[in-house]
Amino acid sequence: MELILVNLIDGLVYGLLLFMLSAGLTLIFSMMGVLNFAHASFYMLGAYFAYQISTYMGFWMGLLIAPVVVGIAGAGVERYGLRRVHQYGHVPELIFTFGLALLIEEFVQFIWGNSQLPYNEPAILDFALFSIGSNDIAAYKVFMIFVSIGIFLALLYVLTRTRVGMVIQAALSYPRTVENLGHNVPLVFMGVFGVGTGLAGLAGVIAGPQLGTFPGMAILLGSIVFVTIVIGGLGSLWGALVASLLIGWMTTFAASSSFQFADILLALGMEKPAEMSESALRDLWTLTLPQIGPILPYMLMVLVLVVRPYGLFGKRDA
Amino acid sequence: MRKTVKLGLGAALALTVSASSLFAENIKIAFIEPLSGFMAGTGTSGLHQYEFAAETLVNANGGVLGGDMFEIVAFDNKLSGKESLVQLQVAIDQGIRFVAQGNSSGIAHALIDAINKHNKRNPDDLVMFLNYSAVDPALTNDKCSFWHFRFDANADFKMDALTDVMAENEDLKKVYIIGQDYSFGKAVAAAAVSDLGNKRPDIEVVGNELHPIIKVKDFTPYARKIIASEADAVITGNWGADMVGLGKAILDSGFEGPIYTYYAAADGITATFGEAGKGSLYLVGTDQLNPPVSDRAADYITAYKTKYPDGDINQARIVNVVEMLAKAINEAGSATDIVAIANAFEGMEHDSIWGSKIVMRAKDHQAIQDIHISEHTDEGAVFDYDNSGYAPVVKSTVKMAGADSATTCDMKRP
Repeated sequence: MELILVNLIDGLVYGLLLFMLSAGLTLIFSMMGVLNFAHASFYMLGAYFAYQISTYMGFWMGLLIAPVVVGIAGAGVERYGLRRVHQYGHVPELIFTFGLALLIEEFVQFIWGNSQLPYNEPAILDFALFSIGSNDIAAYKVFMIFVSIGIFLALLYVLTRTRVGMVIQAALSYPRTVENLGHNVPLVFMGVFGVGTGLAGLAGVIAGPQLGTFPGMAILLGSIVFVTIVIGGLGSLWGALVASLLIGWMTTFAASSSFQFADILLALGMEKPAEMSESALRDLWTLTLPQIGPILPYMLMVLVLVVRPYGLFGKRDA
Repeated sequence: MRKTVKLGLGAALALTVSASSLFAENIKIAFIEPLSGFMAGTGTSGLHQYEFAAETLVNANGGVLGGDMFEIVAFDNKLSGKESLVQLQVAIDQGIRFVAQGNSSGIAHALIDAINKHNKRNPDDLVMFLNYSAVDPALTNDKCSFWHFRFDANADFKMDALTDVMAENEDLKKVYIIGQDYSFGKAVAAAAVSDLGNKRPDIEVVGNELHPIIKVKDFTPYARKIIASEADAVITGNWGADMVGLGKAILDSGFEGPIYTYYAAADGITATFGEAGKGSLYLVGTDQLNPPVSDRAADYITAYKTKYPDGDINQARIVNVVEMLAKAINEAGSATDIVAIANAFEGMEHDSIWGSKIVMRAKDHQAIQDIHISEHTDEGAVFDYDNSGYAPVVKSTVKMAGADSATTCDMKRP
């Protein structure tokens, strides 16, 4: 029982982190049709920039400055890279962002090397806020929850309650019409790309101390972010939130369970073979749920695509 | 313009050719390791340690055989078995007779297979494999070869030493074993279960878990499970990002017992754990830098840190490889008679700069030496890792670990 409560909190932390990454990506994808392969790379840049800034000015300045720097870099990429490639169609755009992801990874290794970086939680948050049973809940995790929820509320407010948000929403569905009405759609695109990558950067800043800051961190999270936005429905902020939380809880509960597939086989009346290497089902007999945890989100994605191709909250086909 | 480039290239080629013929008496050692990609840091660090050891311990003392110098030639295997074999062939074509490799037992298996075949077909042009890090026990058991020498303790020896120390701790009642889901992780888990069962049947293994390798993003749920199991200690063979992720999650979740590891040091790992890992992280291995065993060892480390301020001697056994090779060549009286050098290695006793006596066991070519259990701490960390103030400091030692261990090796001698 205690473990379930702890897992709920852990899954919430991880899910909200995914949300910060996928919120930007889903807006960029639905608005510009660009599948930004480099999105997780901006997440990595956020962590590395924040580490560099934190060595001079402390964690909090890193938290403030790094996402802005990443966002400006993202806007620059849109203005001077993507916008030029755009006229050649979607495939060149895809290849462009793919190349950019490789480039950023090489850049990071060139500047900071291949090792883990000692980027850690600020001392002020480095304590156990409370414990459930004997499991400590670190103050930093609670801090992550508050930052993510704050970002979600701010995004929701901007998108639904402000004039800028109206233009963005309109540009999502009818970019030509919005352009004809006299709005500067390329500027909106640049802004959305900048804010989206900046959010990814922010996710990197706060996730770096928890999940580790190393050159492989972008690849590790890259694919799962796409899964999130497909499950949630393209362009839907609520969809991104729900899908992120779903994946967060799913992987957390899977990893902490001790369920074995042998139990199913035993329940089916099969006998455990004495010589495992002779059995045709030997893989199934030794498989546990934690071992297949990381592929569960992909299975969910396939299921969603079959049943509801436009995602849980999506309004149009992916 | 084109012509000048071609001319320049030609001149450069000619220069390298003449340069290599000028220094033909150099004894070359092929260093086949990842020098690009995500493991490049480990490979480059190993290369520096080889070059420094060869330079300061052999060449500066007049070389071997009265004046022949050691030369380390680096080959990038991109951490791939296929690429390693290509690089091995390139090295052999260059007339190199000594091959040093250690990162990944899989690659070590591929290399020794290829070397066995090569030596069978070319008895006049033999090649020797100096394995300084690949710890799969099979390499000195079923798959043992006359041309292969292992200078690190194998995974079973390390677990044996580790469980010796754990068995002395009467408070230890429950142990959790967790590792990466591949051959090495499974070998560690199997050895831990059988060793603990033999030495302390009363210790309960409350968890024996494999997680997907380099796929887990958040280790927190694993840490929660470990705490819920009420384990007193954790054993893991994890390395790299999986080690950092797991260790941080366990410590953040409030675990207070010891975490026994194989690879939780250097390459940024020591700095990342810092204060949080103090008193919790333990390492099992053959290297002892802290406390320094002698002035000679201390001077050597200081000299290395002067040359590579950002580097660390994190594979100290490389020094043993270089010194013992020099000794074997001198004893054999030749740098080309590989059989004589191999015979000189067999049964060789060597007093390591790091304090341990080393015996190269003749029956399986496995070095027998002291194995240490070190604690990650800043107290007594004279030579820190990652310039972090922290380092593994030796707490207990198993003398000549595994000296009487059995081997299934059936050595085929030429």
